[in-house]
Amino acid sequence: MPTPGYTREIPQRYRLEANKCKNCGKISFPPRLVCPYCGARNFEPTKLSDTGKIVTFTTIRVAPGRYAAYVPYSIAIIELNDGVKITTQVVDCKPEDLEIGKAVRIIFRKMYPEGKTGIICYGYKAVLI
Amino acid sequence: MRDVYIIGVGMTKFGELWDKSLRDIFVESALSAMDDAGVDHIESMFVGSMTPGLFVGQEHIGALMADYLGAAPVPAVRVESACCSGGMALRLGFFEIASGNSDIVLVGGVEKMTDSADVTAALATAADQEYEVYHGITFPGLYALIARAHMARYGTTREQLASVSVKNHHNGSLNPRAQFQNEVTKEQVINATLIADPLTILDSSPVSDGAACAILVSEKYLKKPAVKIIGSGAATDRIALHQRDDITELRAVKVSAERAYRMAGIGPENIDFAEVHDCFSIAELCIIEELGFVEKGKSGPFIESGNTMLEGKIPVNTSGGLKAKGHPVGATGIAQVVEVVEQLKGTAGKRQLKNIHIGLTHNMGGSGASSVVHILKLVE
Repeated sequence: MPTPGYTREIPQRYRLEANKCKNCGKISFPPRLVCPYCGARNFEPTKLSDTGKIVTFTTIRVAPGRYAAYVPYSIAIIELNDGVKITTQVVDCKPEDLEIGKAVRIIFRKMYPEGKTGIICYGYKAVLI
Repeated sequence: MRDVYIIGVGMTKFGELWDKSLRDIFVESALSAMDDAGVDHIESMFVGSMTPGLFVGQEHIGALMADYLGAAPVPAVRVESACCSGGMALRLGFFEIASGNSDIVLVGGVEKMTDSADVTAALATAADQEYEVYHGITFPGLYALIARAHMARYGTTREQLASVSVKNHHNGSLNPRAQFQNEVTKEQVINATLIADPLTILDSSPVSDGAACAILVSEKYLKKPAVKIIGSGAATDRIALHQRDDITELRAVKVSAERAYRMAGIGPENIDFAEVHDCFSIAELCIIEELGFVEKGKSGPFIESGNTMLEGKIPVNTSGGLKAKGHPVGATGIAQVVEVVEQLKGTAGKRQLKNIHIGLTHNMGGSGASSVVHILKLVE
């Protein structure tokens, strides 16, 4: 449902907006108030790289309510080219196509319809390149 | 700090307890612990429970349980740290006695998971809702990500993962309170229904109801034989698995263990046996590495060659573990203590170990973002 919570996440889910620590240069995604690497509190806005590679992956065959109709679907931890890691679905391929180290691109996709009215939630997913 | 002793333990059978309520199972285990300890009063209580609000629509567990135990007006509070809520309740009870604030404390854990809730969704609240669960990950999925990475990095095999479930089901078959008291074979584990590749349903701990309690005392109420808590350590890690530098490392487990060993003044070589948080088969492999029982990356061959079996070098999960004994999440950390205390006192029946003096319990939350370790020693 497009609650305030959903709206707050739009910069990250739609545009991969992150922040970069002005002290140590490490990127945090989602943005944080305190750098988890050095403890500094000053950041500048940045955007994540939209390409990376598979670190590890699985295929989900039993899912909670919102994703139950989509099984089986594949999920991977992706290390983007800027070093940031994210968890995301890998789509437009078969589960057996996934391998550790394979290159992916991050794309904008529908996630699932929310609630009785079926309002569509969006976010990022990955495709093999 | 004052010394803290466990003088009594109790637990319900774990499983699908459809004829009993959340409060019933807690009180049953609390009375059983109080009877075992031979005490008729307590001065305060700590109750571990992960998410009774989602499972049965009930919060305010501390007051509810104190009321139905007939213990009001004692101070009572619920403790939550996902799947290690029970272990954290024990830790708070330990400090309650050690600090001198109370002389006799009840610590417990309880969860009622089989009533009606969307259990997968409820458990997933222990992960990062916005950056993991939003994308469709589940707990089996998170541990599958760890398993795949461990297999790729260290050559851990599908058979080695299965050997954890085979061992724990064997131990569970000797435990009358276990949810599953049947043996399974490696082939059955590997060929069972896939939940999140490469993990199957037989790599996964079940959905369970259950409760467990322990009575902690200071020297004032000490009755021997008792079990002394000689070490307690807790730690946290990045909540989202993907944010950790190394996906195969459970840093909170390593740090919590180091803290407990330091308090006890011993090392992993002094531990005779352990109950660890095998929510999925891969978890037991990673945990025994972080606890220092085996070198990083070598847990697969170590387990497969029998070192953690009842008759092995360091028996792990003699109770059947979460896999076979059951995993009512909030109760698990205390049920581990029940097993270690019974083993140390020599009342563990068919699965009784010989020549043991020091046992360890390890309980963790989420995909390892919180962890708590206790070291227990028999005092005769």
